[in-house]
Amino acid sequence: MNNMISLILITIGIVFNLLGCIGIIRLPDTYNRLQAATKAVTLGCCSILLGVIFHFGLSDAGTKALIAIPILFFGSTVAAHALIRGTYHFGIKLGAKSVKDDYKDAIK
Amino acid sequence: MSNWLNIMLYVQIGLSIICLYRIIRGPTIPDRMVGVDIFGILVVGVCAIISIQTERSFILDIGIAWIILSFIGTLTLAKYLTGKKLNE
Repeated sequence: MNNMISLILITIGIVFNLLGCIGIIRLPDTYNRLQAATKAVTLGCCSILLGVIFHFGLSDAGTKALIAIPILFFGSTVAAHALIRGTYHFGIKLGAKSVKDDYKDAIK
Repeated sequence: MSNWLNIMLYVQIGLSIICLYRIIRGPTIPDRMVGVDIFGILVVGVCAIISIQTERSFILDIGIAWIILSFIGTLTLAKYLTGKKLNE
């Protein structure tokens, strides 16, 4: 039973990772790529680690996975935020189809 | 059960290789950094699946260390992109 739940969670995580990687290949802009990829891939890897918890129970491996989930969640989102801010200050323009740029007014 | 897990492991490794495509052929410098960031997150998934397959727990330690190093590395690269020195 626990094995089935862990397999289902891992499959859901792989699907999210697949969507994120399609985004990182196909989207036209640096900002779009980072936004799509970070959200989807973070959620997918958290789902895989949740599957590890269900597979091992609360043994040593399960506890390690339980510790890894908050580190991954907060670490990757904060890193992506800093990276997108640095990208804007580096001078990368938005894509051709973008319609609005609020951050330009905010940093004046 | 183990067969399906093998397929999932290969799919995850393939997704990591797709990220390497963006690192090699990003048009600008921030594109490559995005690729490095996402690659670091995907490797954690690979470590988790390998730890289920081999029934060992120390591979998750590699994953946790990789998350923290990727976090610090991405923050350093973002600081470099804003054009400031590391002590400001």
